[in-house]
Amino acid sequence: MSANLSAIFYLLSGILFILALRGLSSPETSRKGNYFGIAGMIIAILVTFLSIGNFEVGFVYVIIFLLAGGAIGAFIAFRIPMTAMPELVAGFHSLVGLAAVFVAISAFLKPEAFNLGNIGAIKLASLIEMSLGAAIGAITFSGSIIAFLKLRGIMSGSPITFRGQHFLNLFIGIAIIYLIYYLCVTQSSNIFWSIIVISFVVGVLLIIPIGGADMPVVISMLNSYSGWAAAGIGFTLENSALIITGALVGSSGAILSYIMCKGMNRSFFNVILGGWGATDQTSSSTSKEQKPVKSGNADDAAFLMKNASSVIIVPGYGMAVAQAQHALREMVDLLKKNGVKVSYAIHPVAGRMPGHMNVLLAEANVPYDEVFELEEINNDFANCDVAYVIGANDVTNPVAKSDPQSPIYGMPVLDVEKCKSVLFVKRSLSPGYAGIDNDLFYRDNTLMLFADAKKMTEDIIKGL
Amino acid sequence: MEIDPFIFRLSIFILSIFVGYYVVWSVTPSLHTPLMSVTNAISSVIIVGAIIAALSGSSIEIFNLSNIFGFLAIILAAVNIFGGFLVTQRMLQMYKKKKK
Repeated sequence: MSANLSAIFYLLSGILFILALRGLSSPETSRKGNYFGIAGMIIAILVTFLSIGNFEVGFVYVIIFLLAGGAIGAFIAFRIPMTAMPELVAGFHSLVGLAAVFVAISAFLKPEAFNLGNIGAIKLASLIEMSLGAAIGAITFSGSIIAFLKLRGIMSGSPITFRGQHFLNLFIGIAIIYLIYYLCVTQSSNIFWSIIVISFVVGVLLIIPIGGADMPVVISMLNSYSGWAAAGIGFTLENSALIITGALVGSSGAILSYIMCKGMNRSFFNVILGGWGATDQTSSSTSKEQKPVKSGNADDAAFLMKNASSVIIVPGYGMAVAQAQHALREMVDLLKKNGVKVSYAIHPVAGRMPGHMNVLLAEANVPYDEVFELEEINNDFANCDVAYVIGANDVTNPVAKSDPQSPIYGMPVLDVEKCKSVLFVKRSLSPGYAGIDNDLFYRDNTLMLFADAKKMTEDIIKGL
Repeated sequence: MEIDPFIFRLSIFILSIFVGYYVVWSVTPSLHTPLMSVTNAISSVIIVGAIIAALSGSSIEIFNLSNIFGFLAIILAAVNIFGGFLVTQRMLQMYKKKKK
């Protein structure tokens, strides 16, 4: 196949990828969008085979490796529980990053296969592109591994910070740029390997200071990086499908990071520099005073909700941890049978990744048109009888609106306290991730339900 | 003077960033998780580079270091392609409207 013809097909698969993302503008069109994406991928792979035109022994191996990897991927995709989506996505990002590193290494070792010149005389532009692709890929890989370990709970989710951390990162960043310059001058393979190794270290250093609840930002950011790495390799290979996709994924991740940061009213740098609440936590626990709290049991909650005319459910990460989404749906079904109007309110940063709560509710067969975003539903709390807060905390704290001293001041929050009564399911009165006390606990219209989210919801079902 | 082909690729890149920007803002927030898994799947189109790397040279060369890295990259990208698209499909199947 001629180079021009294959370039046109690569463009076609790039367009199909754009349509795949476009499909996600609504759940109805999303499934078709996914098929566009699959079609784009099949075209890209077939065109590559045809343009190489080498169907000897190597081709058989390629098919074997392709199917082996595919089988692993398919196995994971079917087996993974929905609650584990954040770590799955982090894990997948790490693979994209590592694949980018490997392709860059191949191109460096055998530049003539990619028309990039010869060993020791690689074209300058290609050298810059492949070393950037490799560096970003390596950062994506090691960063995603750390994110994966933190999300999986293998590594503690609390931020790891030390003195001079940011200077160290800055220094290493400059060192990488200098090494890329030096690589261009000398074409030395030792420098190429050093760039990759140092970039692995940067990835680790970049993610360890970021705490568990900032994971939505981290995952989005790594999503973006994996795109830029792919684009870097796309420039090296002069492949438009890869350049288009890299740019799409890069900007997609960047937008998601922006949305997540806005949901916490924090700047991107503030999140990246890490350690929110790591210092506040100690000070708030010392100044803790005993304030009166009303607590209730499942029967009280069932009584309140049964007699309400409207209920808003506010799920958070705690619901995911307790796997309470199915019990929650059952409870809502019973309430609906009693003629109660029920809707769900989702804060942008609820959970550990963008859209995390929506997927869990969808899994529990909650229709997506009962689930609302913060802006859509926030005015409804004032006219609502009962708010059922399950596994959320900081995103309901009214302090964010009233106290300029609070670290979460200015963060958009759900106006839960405007409901006639608030049922707050929580295991204890401990503060949330931000390390601050939730004023909501002590309000007159709040009834605390001290229990595991799933157990409490099941008990309420019995009470109904 | 002739324009360097690099400039054309750069144009594609920058225009695609703009396309990505507008397309992603139109994605409904409830589908942000599938968005991440599908972007993950499509960025594995990097497999194109892996295949070129793995198949470069004659058939005796397939166990060269550079080819081996190509094969490894094929496995990683293939895990992502199948895993990414299938898990996205699985998630999207779950989004249902209210039964009327």
